[in-house]
This record gives sequence, structure tokens and C-alpha cells, in this order.
Amino acid sequence: MTNLSDDQMRRLRDLVDAPDLSGTRYRIERRIAVGGMATVYLAYDEALNRNVALKILTLPDSGTDLAPRMLREAKIVAQLEHPGIVPIHDVGTLTDGRVYYTMKFVQGQTLEQQVASHANLNDRLRIFLRICDAVAFAHSRGVLHRDLKPSNIMVGAFGESLVMDWGVAANMREKWTSDSSEPRSSSKNPEPITQDGAVVGTPGYLSPEQASGVKGTIDYRSDIYGLGAVLYFVLTGRPPIPDQAVAVAIDRAIRGDFAPPRSLSNGIPRRLEAICLKALALRPEDRYASVNALSKDVGLYLDGEPVSARVEGPWEKVARWINKYQFIVIIALVYIIVRFFFLLWRGL
Amino acid sequence: MSKPLLGVILGAVLGAIDGLTALFAGPEVAPMIVSIVIYSTIKGIIAGVIIGFVARKYHSLPLGIIVGGIVGLALAYLVAMFPDESGKHYYVEIMIPGTLVGLILGYATQKFGRHPSRQTA
Repeated sequence: MTNLSDDQMRRLRDLVDAPDLSGTRYRIERRIAVGGMATVYLAYDEALNRNVALKILTLPDSGTDLAPRMLREAKIVAQLEHPGIVPIHDVGTLTDGRVYYTMKFVQGQTLEQQVASHANLNDRLRIFLRICDAVAFAHSRGVLHRDLKPSNIMVGAFGESLVMDWGVAANMREKWTSDSSEPRSSSKNPEPITQDGAVVGTPGYLSPEQASGVKGTIDYRSDIYGLGAVLYFVLTGRPPIPDQAVAVAIDRAIRGDFAPPRSLSNGIPRRLEAICLKALALRPEDRYASVNALSKDVGLYLDGEPVSARVEGPWEKVARWINKYQFIVIIALVYIIVRFFFLLWRGL
Repeated sequence: MSKPLLGVILGAVLGAIDGLTALFAGPEVAPMIVSIVIYSTIKGIIAGVIIGFVARKYHSLPLGIIVGGIVGLALAYLVAMFPDESGKHYYVEIMIPGTLVGLILGYATQKFGRHPSRQTA
């Protein structure tokens, strides 16, 4: 009898674990990811002849709230039609009672992989700005993501950035108009999906209020903290609170205990560090008032303009101006040197 | 402000400054400084118009800088061809600064100034 390799065993296990999609128009191709409550597969939509990502509860829902949560997640994302938010295609229930939904299959890299492979800081910042656009749109529709992190952000084959995994998203259920680009007011009792005391999110990227688990304290500024943590990753290549025991990470998140970006890499510009630290402020009221304010400051940095997060000294202003107009400064200096040279030459 | 207009204004200013700095060449230049400044300003304006229109048509910083340098060099050569009263030419003293001014004009017209709005059918 031939022993099977680990890879063959894994494939057999995947086949056995694969859900029965009879009665649907989908065919499983392979498993992509496994989460706490759901598994994501690459599936083929036989009606539309295209690949989709199919997310399905790992186990049949036996009296818990998993199925309603899954449906809720699909409904929330389906209402967020934005180029930076992964679109939902379909939702349904299998013969064994498991809820599933299908969404766009994004071929590309996670932000983690992009940062590792992309040396250019400005390119990474432009990706970050597109992420901010998507989150700002969600906020304008009253939706918080609550689990922003690099592994939930995909950069597609055409350079598009997509915010994924809205599994712990909250609907603030506030009135908004189609014209608004900002949340109408700070949240009062956003609809939580966990009980008081439970922590929602990923330890390394948790805001202090999320880490404390106190119901009713989380609002859109928690997502601004999440974006600050993503920016921290973009700048340094690691999360504010690196992988360690969950209890330690949560404690550090509550206290806002993380190393400033420039302590990890001296090359990070001070203005960028200031933007990152403002978004990661311990108290929500000390952070940016909105995602648009955060992205505006990053945009100003990219344009070589002063940012609201940092008050520049006079020498810093001069240095920034010289950096912004490097070419003219160099040519003007060369011009002066050339004229001075001619003066000396004539004198000789 | 449109790019050609920016080129004209900046070309005039830089041309005038370039002409004034001719005083550094030596005391023999002083009696001719007014005409030097006038001709240098006109040279700057002509360079600015050409470079500005190139910037209006082609949005490329490297191209703008290269074109600016070439135009600055060419116009400076045309000026340097004329000798002074003693028959002396100042090729190097005119062409190098002229080229540098052209480079600055090329950069500035690419970076600043308003693009023409695109009209759709």
C-alpha cells in the first residue's frame, strides 16, 4: 500500500470537508481560507461562467446566532457599492442548512504581501488612500468595519484596493443622506454584535476601546484607529502590537503601548509619523475627526505640503520646501556657482 | 494661469535676472548692461512661450526639462553669436546660464500652470 504525501492528504481532507453545493449553481474549486466561523472557497459559477469566492459557515448552525450574523454580514456589504469594497454577488442556504454567500474573487496580493514586495513608500501610501476612501464611504452609510488590518485588504491585479471581511462590521443605524460624506454625528449605541465584555477584532490592531470590550464605546473613531494601525504597518512592516499572547496584546492595546514608528525605522518622515500617531491616539477624541481628515493629511504629505498632525519649526519648513522643489533649488545653486566661477575666472 | 502665460512671465523674470548677473562678468560689461538685460528678458520671454506651449501639449516632466534645456541653450547661442564692441564673444558665460534658465522654465511650466480643460464631444 502506497503512503499518501502530506499534500495528497490535504487535498483528500479538503474534498471530504467540501460542502455539498447540490441545488446551487456553484462548483467548489479549492479552499482559500479558513476562519473561526466560516470557510472561503474558490468556486465556479456555472450560470455566469466565472470564478467567485464562496464564504460558508464551517458547520451547520445549531441554534446559535451564526447564520443570522452571516446573513447580516452579506446584507451590510451588499449595500456598500464602492470600488474599494468587495461586492457581494449572491446569498443562499445549502441543503444542510448552512448559509453561504458569494463575492468577487480578487486575484492579487494582501496588503501584507504588497508592503513586503513594494519598496516605494509613496506607492504604499496611495494604496492606503484608496483604503481610506472605501472606509469613509462605509462610514457615510453608517457601517463600521471594526477589524481593519493588512490581511483584510487586498490589492488586485489592476492595482485596485479592496477592503474584505466585514464579518464583524456594525451598522450604526443612523440617518444619512446620499450626499453626505461624513457620519452625521458620533455614534450613540451602535448596534453591537457581541455581548458586553467580549472583544471584537484582531489583537495587534485593536483600538483601546475595542480591547476593553465595553459595549457602546465603539464608533467610527475605532475604525480610524484601525486605519492608523494599517498605516503603521505600511510604514514599518509590522503591526503596532506584534504577535504575542492575546491577553498581553489586549492589555497593551488598552494602554496604547506601542513603539513610535521612527523608533523602528529612522527613515520614516516625521510628518508621516505624526499622522500615524494621531490616528492611533489613545483617546478617540484625540484622533482625526473623520477618515476624510486622515486621508487629507496623507494626501498633503504626498504633495509636500504641511500636515495638520504636526506643527513644523522654521527649519523643517525650509527643509520641506527644498525637498519639494529639489530640482529648482539644485539648478539655482548650480547657476550661482557657475556665475561665481566666471567671476573668479575673470579675476584671474 | 495657463502654462504659456506662466512661461512668459517666468521667462521674463528669469531672463532679466540672468541679464543682471552679467555684471559679475566684469566691469567692461557695465556700460552695456541695459541692453544686455533687455535682450536677456526678450530671450527669456521667447523661451518661456516655446517651453510653455510644449508643457501645454505634453505632460511629461523629463520631456519638459529636456526641451527647456535645449531651447535655453539654442536661444543663448543665438545671443552669444554677437560679439561685443571689441569683437569678443562670451559663449560660455551666456550659454551655460541660458541653459540653466531653460531647465528651470521647463520644470516650472510642467509642474505649475493650468492644464487646458479637455473638451468632450
